[in-house]
Amino acid sequence: MMNSVGPAIAVRDLRVSRGGVEVLHGLTFDVPRGEVTGLLGPSGCGKTTLMRAIVGVQIVAGGEVTVLGEPAGSPRLRRLIGYSTQNPAVYRDLSVRENLRYFAAVLGAPKDDVERVLEEVGLTGAAHQLGGSLSGGQLSRASLAVALLGSPELVVLDEPTVGLDPVLRQELWRLFHGLADRGVTLLVSSHVMDEAARCERLLVLRQGEILADGTPDGLRERTRTTDLEEAFLRLVEERAAA
Amino acid sequence: MNPAITIATARRIMNQLRHDHRTVALMVLVPTLVMILLYYVMDDERSFAMWAPILLCVFPFLVMFLVTSIATLRERTSGTLERLMASPLGKLDLLLGYGIAFGLMACVQVALALTVSLTWLGLDLPGDLWPLVLVALLNALLGTALGLLCSAFARTEFQAVQFMPIVMIPQILLGGILVPRAQMAAPLEWISDVLPMSYAIEAMRDAVVGGDIGGEFWRDLLIVAGAALLALVLGAATLRRRTP
Repeated sequence: MMNSVGPAIAVRDLRVSRGGVEVLHGLTFDVPRGEVTGLLGPSGCGKTTLMRAIVGVQIVAGGEVTVLGEPAGSPRLRRLIGYSTQNPAVYRDLSVRENLRYFAAVLGAPKDDVERVLEEVGLTGAAHQLGGSLSGGQLSRASLAVALLGSPELVVLDEPTVGLDPVLRQELWRLFHGLADRGVTLLVSSHVMDEAARCERLLVLRQGEILADGTPDGLRERTRTTDLEEAFLRLVEERAAA
Repeated sequence: MNPAITIATARRIMNQLRHDHRTVALMVLVPTLVMILLYYVMDDERSFAMWAPILLCVFPFLVMFLVTSIATLRERTSGTLERLMASPLGKLDLLLGYGIAFGLMACVQVALALTVSLTWLGLDLPGDLWPLVLVALLNALLGTALGLLCSAFARTEFQAVQFMPIVMIPQILLGGILVPRAQMAAPLEWISDVLPMSYAIEAMRDAVVGGDIGGEFWRDLLIVAGAALLALVLGAATLRRRTP
């Protein structure tokens, strides 16, 4: 483990502009190690941009992002972060297994990792299929499998469970918590509020600002509702009133 | 840069081609078919002997330019490039991977076109074979490198295809194929002097005439190789780890 004191991710006053418009307005928060943190918010609220800034592929206008004790984007971090993009990073003209073999080589992961991650995301049966012939859910699982290759200390997943059937979704969440139990930090985005309850910690984002940062229970208490969808609405009202 | 990653990238691109039989068939067969067509259009061995080397020069360049620019554009527009930029892969690993994979394809392409020309079509080479092969291969690599570079300036595949005439036609018109370079108006000759294809065509002429593989031939080859290297380095500079 690298510098294992302090939070996995520390963001201070992060500002990002895209196309001349500021989309993240000075975010400040920490993501603790070894937990599953949910990044929630409606489509277009800046989740993907924030994840890109953490992974180090986003041009930022200001602020600091520190990941595992190093500035985001440092070469040393590239092996330690598993990242699954929203637009599945899968070559459509390669089989699933060929895709994983290539990314394993790039990430310096052992060869038998390919079969392990195929198993973990439930794609062993489709391993020989070309990326282009996969369903949307299979594609995003293939992309997720890439993020699990090697032994990442931080796994950043952009909407990994979109379009999956509930059984599979539950299996994946079990997998995420299993990773967290081994000390891996996970940051998982979703625009579905019911996934929030599965996280140990929540960051709620709306229009480039943080609406809430805490545990699901803390959020329920603060908004006096057990329904997270309702909680989100109350947070928006609270913000508007302030 | 990491040789293991470069090789893995080249292998991955070859695997992608392996799944795409039609593209491979087009890449390998088209230059040969054009040579055969030229042979029957010319219907006279001396004219064919004059034009064949030029086609051997232009075609690998053209095909490699097109295939490379579209392949890399696809990488840029799908999620894969972003994922790779967040990984330990170096920019040159990616570019050299493409260079190696498509360079190998260019070898196959040139080998087939040459074999058919030299046997069935009876192309007569007074000199050695290797200078001709060398020029054709370098030219294919130049096409690959320029394709990589141009793909950075295209947002869509439609745009990428439009770069082909922009890059190709001036080089063919000013390269001394239709009008000898020395007979061009001075400004055109200056432009011709900075276009790498002009040197490739001159080197190809030397290679075909034979007997005179000397300093000038090597200078021309060096210029073509330098242009390919420059395009690769510029192409690497257009790849950014961080994007807006």
